[in-house]
Parts: sequence; C-alpha cells; structure tokens
Amino acid sequence: MPDTRLFLERHSYRRRRIMDAVRMLPLLCTLLWLVLPTMWPNTAEEGAQTALSVAIWYLFVVWILAITASFALWRRVRHHDEADGPLEEATDG
Amino acid sequence: MVTLNQLIAVCLVYVAGLFVVAFLAERAALRGKGSWLLRSPLVYTLSLSIYCTAWTFYGAVGYAARSGLEYITIYLGPSLVMIGWWWVLRRLVRIGRTQRVTSLADLVSARFGKSNLLAVMITIMAVVGVTPYIALQLQSVTLSVSIFASAETGLGEVAQTNDTAAFWVAAGLAVFTVLFGTRNLNVNERHHGVVIAVAVEAVVKLIALLAVGAFVVWGIAGGVAETVARIDASPIGTWQTSGSRWTALIVVSAAAFVCLPRMFQVMVVENDDERHLQIASWAFPLYLMAISLFVVPIAVIGLELMPAGSNPDLYVLTVPLSQGQNGLAMLAFLGGFSSATSMVIVATLALSTMMSNHIVMPLWLQLSNTGAQQSGDVRGVVIRARRLSILMIITLGYLYYRASGGSGALAAIGLISFGGVAQFLPALLGGIFWRGSTRTGAIAGLSIGFVIWMFTMLLPSFGPDGALPAVIFTDGLFGWSALRPEALFGIAGIDPTVHAVWWSLSLNALVFFVVSIFSFPTPLERLQGAQFVNVFNTSRGPAGGWVASEGGAEDLMVMSQRILGATEAQSFFAQHAERQGRSSSTPLPTSEFVQALERELAASVGAATASAMIGQIIGGQAISVQDLMAVADESAQILEYSSQLEVKSRELTETAQELGHANKKLTQLSHQKDDFLSQISHELRTPMTSIRAFSEILRDIEGLSEAEQKRYASIIHSETIRLTRLLDDLLDLSVLENGRVSLNAQRVNLHDVIERAVITAQASGGGSLKVERSPQGEDIALLTDGDRLAQVFINIVTNAMKYCDAEAAVLTIAVRQQEDEVIIGFSDNGSGIPPDAQNLIFEKFARLNKSEASGAGLGLAICREIIARLGGDISYVEQTHGGRFDVRLPRTATFAKPRQAHSA
Amino acid sequence: MSKHVVLVEDETNIAEAIRFLLGREGWRVETLANGGNAAEVIRAAMPDLVMLDVMLPGKTGFEILAELRSDAALSDLPILMLTARGQNRDREMAEQAGVSRFMTKPFSNDEILTAVRELTDGRLDKAQSDA
Repeated sequence: MPDTRLFLERHSYRRRRIMDAVRMLPLLCTLLWLVLPTMWPNTAEEGAQTALSVAIWYLFVVWILAITASFALWRRVRHHDEADGPLEEATDG
Repeated sequence: MVTLNQLIAVCLVYVAGLFVVAFLAERAALRGKGSWLLRSPLVYTLSLSIYCTAWTFYGAVGYAARSGLEYITIYLGPSLVMIGWWWVLRRLVRIGRTQRVTSLADLVSARFGKSNLLAVMITIMAVVGVTPYIALQLQSVTLSVSIFASAETGLGEVAQTNDTAAFWVAAGLAVFTVLFGTRNLNVNERHHGVVIAVAVEAVVKLIALLAVGAFVVWGIAGGVAETVARIDASPIGTWQTSGSRWTALIVVSAAAFVCLPRMFQVMVVENDDERHLQIASWAFPLYLMAISLFVVPIAVIGLELMPAGSNPDLYVLTVPLSQGQNGLAMLAFLGGFSSATSMVIVATLALSTMMSNHIVMPLWLQLSNTGAQQSGDVRGVVIRARRLSILMIITLGYLYYRASGGSGALAAIGLISFGGVAQFLPALLGGIFWRGSTRTGAIAGLSIGFVIWMFTMLLPSFGPDGALPAVIFTDGLFGWSALRPEALFGIAGIDPTVHAVWWSLSLNALVFFVVSIFSFPTPLERLQGAQFVNVFNTSRGPAGGWVASEGGAEDLMVMSQRILGATEAQSFFAQHAERQGRSSSTPLPTSEFVQALERELAASVGAATASAMIGQIIGGQAISVQDLMAVADESAQILEYSSQLEVKSRELTETAQELGHANKKLTQLSHQKDDFLSQISHELRTPMTSIRAFSEILRDIEGLSEAEQKRYASIIHSETIRLTRLLDDLLDLSVLENGRVSLNAQRVNLHDVIERAVITAQASGGGSLKVERSPQGEDIALLTDGDRLAQVFINIVTNAMKYCDAEAAVLTIAVRQQEDEVIIGFSDNGSGIPPDAQNLIFEKFARLNKSEASGAGLGLAICREIIARLGGDISYVEQTHGGRFDVRLPRTATFAKPRQAHSA
Repeated sequence: MSKHVVLVEDETNIAEAIRFLLGREGWRVETLANGGNAAEVIRAAMPDLVMLDVMLPGKTGFEILAELRSDAALSDLPILMLTARGQNRDREMAEQAGVSRFMTKPFSNDEILTAVRELTDGRLDKAQSDA
C-alpha cells in the first residue's frame, strides 16, 4: 500500500531511497552484463576484435562493483531495520 | 601417482565425514541447538551453491576451452537474479513461507486453484528435465575416476570400472538422500542434515577450484600478467560469443536458477529467515564470481599443456596430474565429487517430494479408495512414497547415463536441462505477479513450451537418427518444413540453443497469456491468485476456506494424526482449541481452523493432496459463500479494508447493543423503584387514612355513643398495629436483603421448630385450621437459625389459615429427607394459587386477595430471603388438588451471602 | 330525595369512616368492595356522586373511570378519586381520563366533605330546579 503522507521524516525518506536503489541495481547490472557485451565485435565479424582479457576484466569489474553495491545496500537496510524494524509494505510498490 | 584404492579410500572417508556432519546437524537441530550455524545466512548462501554442479566444476573449463567466455553466462544469470532479489525471490520466499510450499510444483499448483493436474505436469516435466542432469553428475564422477584408473589399468577395464563406479556412486547417494532427506516428513522442520552437508561440499568445491586456479596462475603461468598474456594469445583469446547466444544463455540460466527444483528447494523451502535472502544477494554472487574466476586461466593453460584430443572437461584434474600435483588433483577430484553429490542429493530430494506429493500420494488415495479416514498410517505411506521416489529418480539418472553411454559434452546436457526447467518460468512469474493468469493458461503454456523444448532441444541432442529420424531434421515433422526442429516456421540459421530457448519460452509465455485472458478462473484460483500476488499486503488475509460444518473434528484428528504424527497433531489441535477458547482439546472445525490444518498438512503432503484429503472429510464445496463474495470483489486490498470496517461496525453495533441493554436495565430498575415506592406509599397511607379519619371523628363530632367511640378507637388501634407490622416487615426485609442480619447457628430439632410455629400461628387467631403432622418424620436435628426458620413456618401456616378456601381447612406438614437436605412440605386442602400468580407470590407486596387486608404482602418475600440466607430455597409446587410450599434446607446450614444488590 | 353516592373502596375501615361522615350529611352511601362489577352497578343506580379508590380487586379505579366516562349518559357524573399511591403520574392519568376531583389519602374529614359539596351542590341545585 502506498503511503499517502506527503512528507516523511528524513529517516524513512532515506530508507525508501535505499530501497529504490535495491530495486534499480539489477536493472543496471542487466544493462552492463546483458546488453553491452552483445554489442562487442566478435570473431565471426570483420574489423576490430575484443581481446578476451579485456572482456574478462570488464565483466569481473562489473561483478565486483555489483557485489559491493549489493553489500553496501544490505548494510544500510540492516542499519535502518535495526532502528525501525523490518521493512515491509511501506516500500512494496 | 594416486592409486584407485587410495582414491576410493579418500572418497569413503570424505563421504563418511559428510554423514557425520549431517547426522550431528540433525541431532543438534532436534535438540534445538546450533541454530546459530544451522540457520545462519552463511549456510543458506553456501547451500545455494548446489547451483554449481559438476557441470560447473568440470564442464565450465571445458566450455571455456571450446567457446571462450560464453561459460560465464551461466553465472551471470543467477547473479542477476540474486542482485535483483527484491523483485522475484523475495516474493517467492514469502509465498513459500506463508503457504508452506513444499516444492515448485506445489507452489504452481497451489497458485492455480490447488490443481493437481498442474502439479503432475510440472513434476513429470521436472523429472524429464532433470534426469539428464543427474546422469551428467554420475558421468562426471565416473569420468574423473577414469582419469585415475586409466593410469594404472588397461583401457578395457576402465569401462568396467566406470559402470561400477557410477553404480556405487548412485547407490551411495540414494542411501544418503533417503537417510537425511526423508527423516522427518514435515519439511518445515527442514533438512538440516542435508543442508549442512551441502554447505560443507560448497566450501570444498570452492577451495578445490581456487586451489587449482591459483596453481595454474602462479604455479604454471607465473603470475597474473603472464596469465593475461597467455589468455590473449590462446585460441580462445578473442571475444567470440554471438550477441543472441549471450542474451539467450543469460536469460535461460537466470530462469533455471529460479525454476530448477533443487534451487527452489534450498532457496525457498529450506529458507529459515527471509533476511538471509538479502545477505545472499551479495554473498552468492561473490561465491559465483570466485568459482568462475579461474575457469579461463585453467582452460587456457590446459589447451597449452595437454595433448590435442584430451577432454577439456577434465582439465581441472588432468592439468595438476600432468604437473605431478597428486594432492591437488585429489582435492580437485573431491571438489568435483562434492559438486556432483550435493546436486544429486538435493535434486533427488526436491523431485521425490514432488513425485510423492503429486503423483504417488494422490494415486494411493484414489487406489486405496478408502478415503483419508481409514485406519493405517498415511505418514508411513508418505515416507515410503518419498523413498521410493528417490530410488526411482536416481535409478532413472543411472539408466539414462548407461543408455546415453556417457557421451556428449557436459555443457550441452546442462543447457538442455536448463532449457527444460526454464519452461516453468512464465507460469511461475505470471502466478505471482499477475492475478489474471489462470490454470488453463498455465497448463496450455507449459504444454506448448515443453513440447517445443522436447522437439527443438532434447530430442535433437541425441543427433540425427538418434531420437528423431534424420528426415525430420531436413524436411520437418510430417514433412512440413515449418516444423523442422532447428528451424521452426522456416526460419533457419539461428543458433540451435537460441532457437530452442527463444521459441519455447516465447510461445510458452504467449500461449499462457492469451489462454489466461480468454479463460475464466475458478473461485479458488482467484482467491489463491489474490493471496499470491498480494502476498505482502494480505499475508494473513482470508484464504480458500472450507465449509467446515459437516466435517467432524474427530475425523480430521484421525487423519491429521496419521500425517503429522500423533503428538504433533494433538498439540496442534489443542493449541487451536485453546485459541478458540474451548476447554476440551478438540477445536470446532471452523473455517479458520480447517485452513490452518490444511496448511499444516500441505507442508507434509503438498497443497493439492492436503486439499483433496480435507475435502474427502469435509465433503462438498471447498469454498464458502463468504469466500465467493470475497472473490467477486476484485481487490483483496478493498477486501481487507472492508473486513476491517466490518469488524469495526460489528464492534460498534455490539457496543450499542450493550448500551441499550444497560439502559433498559436502568429503566427497569427505575420503574421497579417507582413501583416499590408507590407500593410503600400505598401501604403506609391506607392505614393512616383510617386512623386520621376516625381520630378526627372522635375529636370533632360530639354526641357519639360509647359503643361508637369504642369501635372507632379500636379501629385506630388495629390500623396502628398494621402500620407497625408493615414497618417491621420492611425493616426486616431490608436488613435481610442487605445482609446485615446476623444469623445464629444453633442445634435445633425440626419438630420443635414446627411445633413452635404452629402454636404461634394458631394463637394469633385469624381462622381455624387443622394441622396434620407426623412427629416421627420431623425428628431431625438441624444446624440452623431456629428463630428465623420458625418465622418462615409461622408465615406459611398463617397464610394457609388466611387463604385456605376449603370448608374445613386442613394443613398437612410432611418432612422428607434427601441426601444432605431436608424438605418440609406444607400443603392445604384449598384450591391453591392460580397459575398466573404462582411466580408472583414471592415478590414484595404480592397479595392475592386484597379483601383479606391483614398483610402488606411482604411475608413470602421475607420467607424467601430468610431461607436463601439459611442456604436453602422455598418454592411453590402445583399439585392436582391445590398446591404445596416446599422448604428445602441443608441439615447443616452454610449461611449464604445476601443476594446481589436488589432492584428495590 | 336523599343524595346517593356509590363508594368503591376495598378498605373496610376507610369505607366505614366515609359512610359515617357522609351519612351525617344526609347521603345514602352504597359501598362496593370489588371493582369488578362497579361500572354496571353505577350505571344501573345512576348515583349523584361516585367515589373511587384506585387499587381495587377486580378492576382498578382507572379502568372503572374509563368505563364510566365512555358512557355518554354518565358524562357529567361527578367522580371523586381517592388514592393512597400519591404519585403525580396517577393524578395526570386520572385528569386525562376525565376525573372530577383527585384526592390523595390520607385526607382530613373537612377536605372530603368540602370536595363532596363542591362536586355535587351545583348539580343538585340544577337537578332540583329542573324538577
């Protein structure tokens, strides 16, 4: 149920923005992992080729960033949960 | 060189270690200990790693050696799903917990109106899809064994060894799964032993792969920079994955991650705490990243070092062996062994749950045709069914392995399996996100998806003239070129995997959607749909209810005992009886209770079976009118809100009613008070009127005769006495009612008391009355207040004298004894009290005949008070001739408290 | 002709006192101890005055009053009601029902005699002048 209050206290506001980030992170990862590599030239095509090591670096760096972001979000959510109790309907779209 | 015997010894020790760990975990869980570990997010995350099977362990390196970075899609898909936990997994886990789901098939069937047909379909599809995967694990273990075996024996014996190894591995896994997977029936008690063993194996395979990787990078290649250089220089050194394959593989692996029965088992069914999910959202991608980190280096070094033609699927083993690293090779072998065994155990467990709940149990229920109430332990049947299913599934896997001859690249088989289970995705996602999805739609979508998957992916994998004749590949099914398995609808040239995944999933989803739109769900489907889709809003909302009036709680008890076990069932029933506020241990079969029971049973035998079993007992409709109305209302939120409103308005109505009652009572009290005051006024004013009139006559009128003067003075006198008596009675009554009277308990003989009363009454005159008594019967010793008792008797005798309308009035006093009571009956030969007046006579100011105006009508009211205070009661009993006053007294008086606050 | 009063009163002592008082004034007092047939007796006797107790066996004074007033022939019959209940509600009910005078017991002898005179004098005069 969307809360219809117009202004939330700063704490709840922050918490909701964190949940926004939690929701957005997978979409960002999808872009970086699923969409971008399909645009790389591959062996079957003419012209410049992508070195495998570059591809590896790219994918793993994104991976590490995604893990770090997910970890950081978890820390923040847990922090807020400890303060306010578990997060439920308030953030459920 | 490691000998085969050494290998077997190490394996046995390792397996024994797993048994011990699992056993200790089960024991600790049983004693409620060790939950910090058993229910920790770490164990949860590690248990998710059964995603990484032997395919991952050996196959990924082979995959990389063949197709470069493509292997990584298999890890990126699940990573995406985990990072996006908030969207799908959170919902699944919540639904799984609130609905006490036992498997994927259970969840889907529960969502679509507890349809067992759907559950059976999914079970069969899952078995078909996963059996090759199990075979794959057996194959990988035997392959790895053969690496060691081939070093010391001849090639001919290797094949022999392989079959033996596969057989013993299968048997060992079956034993382990049976032991720890079917220990307790209720999955809510969770398979701690299995989960902890899986977690241990997860650590072993990670360490093994990291160790081999580290050895390859730093031991062989000589550092990171050198490794990178070697990678770029290798045959797979450039990006060679097509965009379509890349996308399709990420999608299918993400789908499989959610839909694989074993993943569903560890992720949803074995989940102890929803918060673990968010921890796993970063921890599991981390695990996946770590396990895929060294895949490319190992593949590249393997391609460099190993002779052409050697199986790249086994580089993880052969590269260390070729460098003389026997210990590392052994560790790698254990890692692969762990991957294979943990996958087989959990997959088998998950599949066996589905099979026993959705196929064996319903069949048994139908075949035994006895109904759920018949005697016999269903619990035993369920466990036997589950064990049988485990054996069947492992046997199937083993047979598939024998039949396929252990051929084919590991990765290919794995992908086929993924494509199969991914077909569950549209129904699953539709079920939890879209209330409009229907059972018919789900069945249609699943069927189409499964058929296309079989036709384009599974059957072609056996090669031309394998499962499908070569002519179908070239000309299509029935000669229609639109039905070629690798070029559906005539669109050729797509990568076969992409082709199969694309057509099966998209047609599956399309058909599911279209059929859902055009079909109409049953009420139960709509109800379940609302519950699933709105799981975060109405997790405690109304569920598919039963009209439970017909179901005896005893029948339910008999059935539950056999499924849950006697102790559990009894405590469950007792708990609900208590919640209903009942003193007995059997709750009323209310809709709430039956729902709770159904959920409890569903945790053991699945939603559809539980529903069917309860349906057999309750009979008839599974949905109440109330639920139908709830379904008619499209929004479960409105429903929730309105039910709250309803509760509120009901509370208000109740309050208003209570207020009304209170007001009525107050009004009644007020009326009674008015009436009482009127009565008192009347009783006081009446004698005063006579007194005043005659005293004025005596005072004012002269010339009264002496006789007149005397007469009027005596009238004044008698009226004064009447006034006095009235005041005495009022005071007496008031004192009795307020309980301020002190009663003196004395030892008296009933005979004496009656004697005294009769004499006193007769002495007061007012009529002639013959009293008949039986002195022997009256000779009873009592402990009571003799004076008060005599007062009561005097009153009754006097009443008889006044009101007995017989020619020759006779009062009979008869005494009876009954246990600790004495009953003194007073009956006269008059016509008795008219029926309509009988319940009035003990009220204050009740006078039957006003013409005999010598009492204020308080006598019997006083009698009643006195007798009540003496611990007995007085009543009027109608007889054929006249009536009888019965005074009931305890032999030993326990002086009662005064009656509560009197109306007047 | 002697003046005729019907007294409906179940208390014998009160009835005796009134009979004595009114007898001295020249009234013929007919006493009824039961309300049950009071209305018929009154209708038959056509007295000059009716004195009614409220709490009566048979019928209450109010019931008798209503019966008498419903009879057109008795519409201007003076009715004096005597009650021991002493509640305003009773007085109001009686006045609505058309009582001529309502008195609460106990009363003084003068009061009752005055009331009787006031209720009957005009009527008796009129009756005499008509005659």
